[in-house]
Amino acid sequence: MTAWVATAIDAVYVAAVIVFILGLRAMSSPATARRGIVYAGIAMLVAVAATLASPGFSNFALIALGVVVGGGAGYYWARVVKMTAMPQMVAVFNGMGGGAAAAIGAVELLGSLTSGATAYLSAAGAVIGSISISGSMIAFLKLQGWMPQKPIVIPARQVVNFAALAVSLGFGGVAFWTLHAFYLLPFFLFLILYGVLFTLPIGGADMPVVISLFNALTGVAVGLDGFALVNGPLGDAGYAMVIAGVLVGAAGSLLTALMARAMNRSIGNVFFGAYGATEEAAGTIAGSMKPIDVADAAVMMEYASEVIIAPGYGMAVAQAQGKVKELADALEAKGVTVKFAIHPVAGRMPGHMNVLLAEAGVAYDKLFDRDEIDAEFPHADVVLVIGANDVVNPAARRQGSALYGMPILDVDQAKNVLVIKRGQGKGFSGLENELFYKDNTRMVYGDAQAVVAALVSNVKKSAT
Amino acid sequence: MTADIWTALFIAILAAFVGYEVISRVPVLLHTPLMSGSNFIHGIVLVGAIVALGLSTDDIERGIGLVAVIMGAMNVTGGYVVTERILAMFDRSKSKGGSK
Repeated sequence: MTAWVATAIDAVYVAAVIVFILGLRAMSSPATARRGIVYAGIAMLVAVAATLASPGFSNFALIALGVVVGGGAGYYWARVVKMTAMPQMVAVFNGMGGGAAAAIGAVELLGSLTSGATAYLSAAGAVIGSISISGSMIAFLKLQGWMPQKPIVIPARQVVNFAALAVSLGFGGVAFWTLHAFYLLPFFLFLILYGVLFTLPIGGADMPVVISLFNALTGVAVGLDGFALVNGPLGDAGYAMVIAGVLVGAAGSLLTALMARAMNRSIGNVFFGAYGATEEAAGTIAGSMKPIDVADAAVMMEYASEVIIAPGYGMAVAQAQGKVKELADALEAKGVTVKFAIHPVAGRMPGHMNVLLAEAGVAYDKLFDRDEIDAEFPHADVVLVIGANDVVNPAARRQGSALYGMPILDVDQAKNVLVIKRGQGKGFSGLENELFYKDNTRMVYGDAQAVVAALVSNVKKSAT
Repeated sequence: MTADIWTALFIAILAAFVGYEVISRVPVLLHTPLMSGSNFIHGIVLVGAIVALGLSTDDIERGIGLVAVIMGAMNVTGGYVVTERILAMFDRSKSKGGSK
């Protein structure tokens, strides 16, 4: 009887792992992506249910409590949060996974400090999981705006960071040496400190890459916990964790590299460069920012034959995507060709703009990648930049600029450029944008949603 | 005993290659949902958390185990809902784009 149950549970784990791989595969193609997450979800549900049916468990009430509380909180929070806050939600839930991996490592260590390989593997899972949760939380705080987004740089930070990690590992070593579980407490505290210190000097614009790294790290931590569990009474759950964890670790690492490459930056530069902390010498830009009235801007677009809209994070913050869609419709009603130019890292995550515009109902075939639309800018009468900054900064073409080498949208090649911007602030790189000072650029200051709404009403009004 | 760990190591190596291959040709558009989706998949940590809590024998272990289960469960449900919401948008826009 028990053997039969154990076999069934194993079969469920095998099936779940296969579905995870197929799900991830499906998620890497737009046509099948949604199916992928649904299948993976079903597999997860079945795997968790099978685990609960495992023989030899106690503490069922606590398990039920934890699943209901944690599951309910995660579900509720993820449901109510706005689409623009999705990047930081990924950070939070990733942090939770890292924290769970660290806590599992702690439980295993308490129960088996003397058991050699298993204890070492648990400790390794705990190390990576702890760094992942504290780093992810800092990423969340930065993206949520509850903490300054600019890099926070402490003196001699590489030395301090290394010291925090070394002290932590020292306490871990003492714990193994003396077999006193007490030393695990500072071991964990210094790991958490290390995660915080590691993330603080990284600027807001680089957070997606950092979150992706922590995502991969959590995967590795889960895999290491799995290693530690395979020797235990329910070893086959460990194998499932090894496969799923390492799968995410590998896929996540590659994804991290791909994201860094999309910004033309090396991984090392993102994580250790404190990018944006130093500012280029001011005074290199000639000209001034020239404001324009909303009504004039509307007329300019109305009589254009082609308008290209280049959205950025400002559109997301202002929730202006619905109004932007209205504006595109109103212009098209006047016979203006409207296209959208989507920079790969516009917004706070790759694909961020695509998601928002899709949400607003903008058709896919109007959205163009940088490669597809770059040749069109010289032909466009008007480019409307909505809350984008670094991704349209021509400084990226000039050697010596901190942005140098980053692929940008060449919007300055258009006949006219309109920029909607909240104020005269800088982008997340902390650099001045030369585009705003160009002769063919006009600035419309204000909240993106309010400005676009005003543009829409102006365009519509002149129709009657 | 350690034989199991060696077996797990062989499995881990294969899983690493699978993870790498599955992602290697993916459009930029899907980077965010993929990150979110793989975030959900490491929610399998919940299974480990349940095992850890289920086998706990003293109060300190139970306390930490409970924290592990709560966090693991948040990872699973939150990760799923976020991914689903992001991908749902792609779906809707496609039907609109198709009818255009």
